[in-house]
Formats: sequence, structure tokens, C-alpha cells
Amino acid sequence: MYKRINGKENTEISKKKIGFVNINEATPEIYEKLGFKCGLEVHQQLLTKSKLFCRCPAGKYQKGDDFEAEVIRHMRPTLSELGEYDGTALMEFKTRKNITYRLKNENACTYEIDDTPPFPLNREALGISIEIALLLKTSIVGELHITRKQYLDGSIPTGFQRTAIVGIEGEIPISNKKIRIIQLSIEEDSCREISDIGHERIYSTDRLGIPLIETVTYPDMKTPAEAAEAGQYIRFLTRSTGKVRTGIGAAREDVNVSIRGGTRIEIKGVSRIKWIPSLTHVEAFRQKALLEIKKILKERKKNGPEWDIRTTPVDNTILVKAGLPIKNGYKASGIRLPGFRTILSFFTQPGKTFSDELSERIKVIACIDKPNLVHDEDPSLNDYDGVFKEIYTKTGGEDKDAFLIVFGPAGDIAMAEETIQERCRLAFSGVPNETRKAVNREGKTIFERVLPGPDRMYPDTDSAPIAINDNYIKELGNDLPSDVHDREKIMKTWKIPEDTFPYIHVRNIFPVIKKISEELSYSPSFVGTMVGHRIKNIDGKNAISSGFDYLRLFDIFEYCEKKGLDNELVKLMVPVLLMHPNIDPESILSTIKFKKRDKKDIISNIHLLDKQFNTISKKNDNSAKKRWIMGQLRPIAVGNISLRELSDIINGGGNG
Amino acid sequence: MDDLFKGYKGETLKLLKKFNVRVWSEVDIESSRGKFSGIILPRSENDDETHLVIKLITGYNIGLETGTIKNITEKGFKEANYKIPEKEFPYSEGKPNLKLFGTGGTIASRLDYRTGAVIPAFSPGELYGAVPELADICNLSTEKLFAVFSENMGPEQYITLAKAIGEEIKKGIDGIIIGHGTDTMHHTASALSFMVQNSPVPIVMVGSQRSSDRPSSDAALNLIHAATTAAISDIAEVSVCMFGPTSDEYGLIHRGTRVRKMHSSYRSAFRTIGDIPIATVVRDKVTAIREDYKKRRSDRDVNITACFEEKIALIYYYPNMQPDMIDSLIEKGYKGIVIAGTGLGHVNKPLYPALERAKKAGVAVYMTVQTLWGFVHMFVYDTGRDMMSKGVIPAENMLPEVAYIKLGWALGQTSDLEKVKDIMLTPIAGEITEREPYNGYLIYQGGIPEVEELLKKYHK
Repeated sequence: MYKRINGKENTEISKKKIGFVNINEATPEIYEKLGFKCGLEVHQQLLTKSKLFCRCPAGKYQKGDDFEAEVIRHMRPTLSELGEYDGTALMEFKTRKNITYRLKNENACTYEIDDTPPFPLNREALGISIEIALLLKTSIVGELHITRKQYLDGSIPTGFQRTAIVGIEGEIPISNKKIRIIQLSIEEDSCREISDIGHERIYSTDRLGIPLIETVTYPDMKTPAEAAEAGQYIRFLTRSTGKVRTGIGAAREDVNVSIRGGTRIEIKGVSRIKWIPSLTHVEAFRQKALLEIKKILKERKKNGPEWDIRTTPVDNTILVKAGLPIKNGYKASGIRLPGFRTILSFFTQPGKTFSDELSERIKVIACIDKPNLVHDEDPSLNDYDGVFKEIYTKTGGEDKDAFLIVFGPAGDIAMAEETIQERCRLAFSGVPNETRKAVNREGKTIFERVLPGPDRMYPDTDSAPIAINDNYIKELGNDLPSDVHDREKIMKTWKIPEDTFPYIHVRNIFPVIKKISEELSYSPSFVGTMVGHRIKNIDGKNAISSGFDYLRLFDIFEYCEKKGLDNELVKLMVPVLLMHPNIDPESILSTIKFKKRDKKDIISNIHLLDKQFNTISKKNDNSAKKRWIMGQLRPIAVGNISLRELSDIINGGGNG
Repeated sequence: MDDLFKGYKGETLKLLKKFNVRVWSEVDIESSRGKFSGIILPRSENDDETHLVIKLITGYNIGLETGTIKNITEKGFKEANYKIPEKEFPYSEGKPNLKLFGTGGTIASRLDYRTGAVIPAFSPGELYGAVPELADICNLSTEKLFAVFSENMGPEQYITLAKAIGEEIKKGIDGIIIGHGTDTMHHTASALSFMVQNSPVPIVMVGSQRSSDRPSSDAALNLIHAATTAAISDIAEVSVCMFGPTSDEYGLIHRGTRVRKMHSSYRSAFRTIGDIPIATVVRDKVTAIREDYKKRRSDRDVNITACFEEKIALIYYYPNMQPDMIDSLIEKGYKGIVIAGTGLGHVNKPLYPALERAKKAGVAVYMTVQTLWGFVHMFVYDTGRDMMSKGVIPAENMLPEVAYIKLGWALGQTSDLEKVKDIMLTPIAGEITEREPYNGYLIYQGGIPEVEELLKKYHK
């Protein structure tokens, strides 16, 4: 007898069963029990004039609809040594995507569309990458070998990324331990995806080829917080060189997560370190859920060739009547999943269940945009009982089976069915190999691709190896910035508030503070606090001109010191400088309407104002009077006399 | 070279011997730069002698400077095995039978990720593994005639190829595909156009501009297009089938005597010069864009004239060319010279006496234009008439390379210069056209608004 179950209730039960807690309730013991492990792949664009393998300018972007020409390509898997296609390769080929590249002359040439071989590697980029490799304490290779790493998603028009190892085996410190570094590589950045709908994927080639480094850590992080800390440290370290790009998309993390019994899952394209804790937390529990599902399935059914889905065509009209977005040319297929009762509504992530694992794969592999399936454990469904009952009957359903309907363009349904079959079979072995895409700060991820193996690498026959000799490394080593933790120790002795440290690291302002405090008479704590609080605040409002060189701050301080202008004036001048980086100090002063006045002149006004207050205010409130006088004098006082001194004079009764 | 140490020389070779390790050894290396582990890979012959290459477990290759290496320990040994698994090319009753001749260019290949080697796939079984779509188009047999790079193709190969084509046609094949490196594909195409006449079936040359080991290669699609053309089209001519636009959209079928490689690296490098191509081709369809091509027939009456005089030169005229350039050819016994002249077909005056000496020596001299587009017109200026009186024969609108090939072929048949002239100036395979169509010369100038509009609208 066909009978629906309460999916909502089942989701809650399954969530409890795997012990899901919110991240703010999770203790280190929970992660230890899960066997949580996390490693990072931190991508960082380098600040170079041109791209890595051609002479196009780097860092020039345009909007997705701003292009001058388009090229269309298809990616075809190449044979691997076993004569079989790599897992990812096969999947990407199955998707039969038309890949369109959008070009603009100002930032793309024939190299970007793979119509010319690479030009010699950008030496500026190589130098920066070696500097960072040294900061990561890695062993630098003797010879750089450009390697091709295959990607069939079209994100690189050649079908592979040119990449090379610069250093291996290093380490970074975090607060409670050392994190080991596997390697640092230099590579070309990929295209920016504009859209991916059905069989059409569009990329912009503006970002393609920008020099990028990838720092890969061992899976040494045992909690989400450690992962974020390591990410932050690597970010600060690269920023400390002052030779990396900043801004949206200039730094991106891939986060690898696994739990005991699970699989290494790569979460791609995490552009905010803040997201790392929730993403890794949620992924750990998704793996826990999939392991639980494996257990349930194994008790019920045998995996293997005998496990098979059953399908039966479903009439579109019923689905249309039920309000599903069935378009012209669509086909729907009813599917029975033997032994999968309660699995489709099994909790996997907050707001998601196992059915999403199917639906997301169908979107990527069969190219059917969502919604592409409905199942009978979906609590929001009411009107399908009849349809599911029919599928139950026609496919020879049993109590322990699950039922769903997949729908989409007729030509893609066979692939959708195959995808469902494949994913369900994988459920018997737990957590399938795949890469996932970060969706939001709550930690939600979606399926991206099958995780490619190490088999995708082969030498770039278009480029010769590049020797890196000891002298070159020595030369680069002479110019290295100080260690991030050392900087923090120094800033502590300077009494700069610790809450300013992250901002100072991110914008690499430490050398500026150091220079100002060493060469001028300002105290590092004054400069540091102003940077970490005031400038950070302005930065937060996007009121800083992009690419601002913070060394310009030195000029303002130097000017004020020479002219004997007060600290308060510096605070007023800095925001103007941030907006207009090329303005000279004199012009800033006129912008803020500053006039040089003699200290005596200002003080002499106190007497006059005292009298004036008495005519305005009938009350004999002395402190109000002092406040009023201070207020009146402040605009002309700033920069000419320290406000504290002025206040003391007013409080002391003045000497006017 | 000792095979255990493929490519290693000098200091590095000594080092390998010292630590008793070889290529394919799995090793731990201690160096002044740190510790490294991986598999020792062969070294490319042209790279320096001071580095050792290893493949890390991550798949990346790195090099280590010999001088920095302190110790190497062998942990294991794994020799790479180059083999392509074959799947039998399926035979379908009713599908056209095609023959694929290989000349050396790689049409399909397989990567050995462990070593990074690219191994060409050629047998039907190998090709079926790499391009399974071929089985939907035809029944395929293959024959590797030579393994030479495109630039090493020459008269000997043209003759072998022409004879092999003749044999296949007589045996009843429905179409022929020739895999060829792209650099000199248009030379071979014109040679075959002259040597194989009256073919009843399509003879399609194909190559790739991006090597077949990369996912974005044009090789598979070109091969599919060529197979479709050879299998279902009625174009019984020697043609070159390569990408139309650089986008994966359609191929163009170019006449073998009018096609030229016009870019060093673009996928769309092959263009028909001074005319329009014969057809466009997509995976399952050939669409003619002109009707005056030779049609497929069921008879087997092909004429093979496989001969070539090798003492022929093609010289590219430049201002201030010295007469001894011509004289030295005469001295060395050259029998024919094709000049790619400036403009309508000119060379400077100081060359005239040398041309006269060539005439006396019985050297056939033909004039073509280095502008590539357009006819030689030697009547327009006196200088042209002067040259003709010195025996220089205008070669109409034959492309310089085509005139070179045709002259070699003509002199291969006869040394009677009048007969040679007759052969040269009688169009055989479209190498000389009566008229130049208005759309035979289109080189769009980028930057101009209407051209930019076109580029934005249609895939490049």
C-alpha cells in the first residue's frame, strides 16, 4: 500500500540523530568526536602590471555585458593513462556545455582565447611568489616547471591551467600550534563566470591570466576556528609584502574538510575568511549525515549492479495542474528508489535534505535548472498523492522505497535519470568525492563538480623550465617584510590597541606606522590608533580611493611636523587625503578651510567670548560657558594649539 | 646515452650514478634547499645539465639544482609504460568506408600523466577511444605512411602519398582523409591536387592548430569534420578541412590549390586566398557555398601523375636583392625558379641581367605576387614587359607556393620548357582562376565600427 510519510518530521528526527548543533553551541569536543580535519588552499592575486603568460594589463575588469567579441568552445576530455577519462572530465563532457568567452581588447589578447602559445613567464610575478614562499618557510625548487592542470568546466579556455611549484614543505604559526604548508604554486587566474543556465555557460576573460599564488596547507586544523585563523594568517602574510592585489575576488580560499569515515570535500571560492567556520562546520555535519544514510541503506538494501532505479513516464498535464514550472518540450519521469524511504527528506544541511544532493547534481550534470525534481517526502507537497501512487504501482513499489519525479527538457531527462542512479549508488558508500561551492555565510554549500584526482597534471610543452639560483633567492630574501607575529609583538610594545591589528595587517600599514614613528616625532600608538580606528572607519564606508598608497600618510605627518601643526589637524587632513590620494598637504588645508593663527591670537579671544556669553545667557552656569567658548574656538584652534592646552587655559580662567 | 638515465648529462648524470638511482626511481632527496620526494623523470635533451627533474606526489614537476643535492635515497622503482588501450572500431553495414593516411602530425593523442608524455593515437582502435564520434560517421581503416614533422614533408612523401591514394581509390574506398601537420599542409595539398587528378572521391587533408592533448584542442572536431566531408560530401577534390572561425562552430573546406596557412597559431589559420571556399561543414552536414567543384563519381578512373623535379626554388624578392641570388641558382643547376615579386610582379633592374642568364641557361622562371591576393600583371609597366622579354612568365593568380609545387611537378614530367609553360598556365585544379570574385579578398580591418559590430554579433 502506498503511503506518504511526514517529511518535515523526518528531517527533524534525522537532524537530531546525527547530533547537529549550531556553530555557536559547538565545543572543540564535538569536532574531536567527528574527527574534523581541515586544510586550506589560499589563492591570492599578485600585484603586477601585466598577466602571467601574456602582456595584457592585469587587474582591469569590466561588467559582464560589456564585451567586444565572443568565442565559443567545448571542452573535451583527453585520455588518461588508463585509457579512461578522469572522473571530472567525464562528467564535464557529459554536460555538453557551450562555453562562451567574452572578450575586450583592453584586457585580453589571442593568448586568452588559446589562439597563441604562452609568452615567457612574468618575472615580476615570479619574484613576488618566491618572496612569499620564503615567508612561508618553504624549500624553494631549483627549477620551475610549468605544468598543465586540467579543468574541463571551461573556466580556462585552454582546458588547463598553467601552474608551477615554487616551494614545498613550510609552516605558519597560529595561536596554539604550527600549521604545515604543503606547497606554494604560481599560476594563472581563471575566467570569471558570468552565467550558467542550461547548456550555456558564459565567462569573461578579464580575470583570466592574472598572476595568482596558491598556498596549500596540510589538514592540520582541527576546528573551524583554527581554519579561519590559519586563513587569516596567510592573508596577513601575503599582504605584508605589499605586492598582492586587494579588493573583491583578489583573494579566495578553497577549504578542504573531512570527518572520520568521510571524504575530503573541497569547498571552492570562499571569498571571505569570516565564512570559513560556518562552512566547515556545516560540511562536517553533512558528511556525518551521509555516513548515517550509508548505515541505514546498508541495513536495508545491497548496493551493486542489482541496485537499480525504476522509471515510468509521467504525464506533463498533471504536473502543470499542480503548478510545477513545466515548459514546452519538457518531459517528466517518475522514479522509484528501492530502499530509499526517509532518505530524501534526511537532513544534510540547515534547510536542505538528501533530495538536494540529487537536484544539484542534475543541475550541473544534466544541465536542468532548478526546480528539476519533486519527491513525495517534500512537506510542501499536497496534490501529488495520485501521481506518486501511480508511480508506486507502475514501478512495483514497496514500503521501503522512495519516489520522485524529475522534469526538464526532453533531451536531458536520460542524463538526469543516470545522474540520480549514480548519486544514489554512491550513497551506499558514504560521502562521494566532489567539490562544492560556498553559497552563504550560514555555511550552505552546493554541488559543483566531481573532485578531480592528481591525475590531471602534465608538463606544459610550450614552456621551458626556469632555473632559480641561490643568488636570486638571496637577493629576494634581503627584502622580506617582518613576520606577522613579530609585527604584533612590536605593536603591543607600542601600545597600539589590539583590535586595530587585523586592519593594520590587511592594509599592510605596519611599515608606514614604523616609518612615521621612527623618522618623525609622532608616537606609534597615536598613529596606530588613528589608522586602526579612524581610517578603518572611513575604509568601511568605501571612502578610500582604490589602490591608495598608505605611505602617503607619511607625507601628511611630515608636513604637519614641519609646520608645527597640531595632531588634531592630522585627523582632519587624513580623510581628505584618502579620497584624493594625489592632493598635496597645502591643498588639503585649504579644503578643510584651515588658517594658520598665532596661539596668542586665539587665546586673546577668550576674554571677548566670556563677555559675549554673559550677554547671551542669563544663567550663571560656568561650565556651560566654558564649553561654549571651547566650541566657538575649536574651528580656529585645531592645528594651531592643542585642544587640551586650550581647554586648560579656558578652565584656568583664561588670561585674555 | 645510457637508457637508465634518459636525457641526463654531465654533473647530473654523475650524481645519479653516484647515488645509484635512475629515471623512474622513487626517491627522497636531501638538498641545501630542503627535502624533496618524488619520481625521477627523464630530462629533455635540450635542457641544461645542472638540474634533476622529479614528479611530486601532487602531480607537479619540479627541478632541483644538482649542486644543491646532498643525498638521494631510492625507495622504489616504477617504469612508465606507454600503451594506448584499443577499442575495436565498430563496423556498420552501409556506412561509407574511409581511409585515414597518417603522415606524422598527431591527430589524437593520449597523455601519460605520470610522465607527462604525449603519445599519439593513430590506429582505428586508438582513434575510436579518443574520438568515438567517428564511428557514427564511417567505417575507418588507417595507414601510417610516414612519421615526419610537417616541415620535413617533401617530394618523396608527395609521391608516396599520391600513389597510396591511387591504390585506395582503385580498391573502392569512399573517401580519404590525410592527417598532416599544419605548417606545410597547403604545399602537400597542392602537390596532391596536381598528382591525383580526376579522383572520384573526396580527398580531405586535416590537422590541428592546438595539440590534441588539450581539452580545447581543435583536433577532434577537425577530424570529425574531415570524416564527414570524406564520407558524405560529393566534393571529389583534394581539399583542406580546418576551422572556419576560431570558435567551435564549423569547418571550412578549402580547395587544395587556393588554401594557405595565414596565422602562426590561430585555429582559423587556414584561408582560401583570392576565391571563396568550397563548403562549410558541421558534425553531420556539409553545405556547399559554390557549385563548380568536381563531383563524386562511382567509377574508379583516377589519374595519378606522381613525379617531381627537386631542383626548383621559390624566392621572395626584396628591395636590393643582388643578382647573384639568381646566378647561384643557375650555377647550381636549378631548373626552375618561382619569384614572389612585389606588387603586380616586379623585381629591381639589377636583377635583369641575371634573369637573362637564367633564360639562356634554360631555367624556367615564373612570376607570382607576394601580395598573395591578385593577379600578376606584367603589361601595366614597362618594367614588366622588359622582364617578360627576358623570359619571365607571369603565373596569373597562382599562389607562390602553389606555383612552386606546380613547376616542380611540370618539370618532373618534361624538360621541354614550352610544354612546361603549357602545363603551368593551364588550370588543372583551380590554381589559376579566370576571375577574381569581389568577395575573394576580404581582410577586415579591426577597430572600424561596422567591423567591430560584426565581431560582436558573430563568434570570432
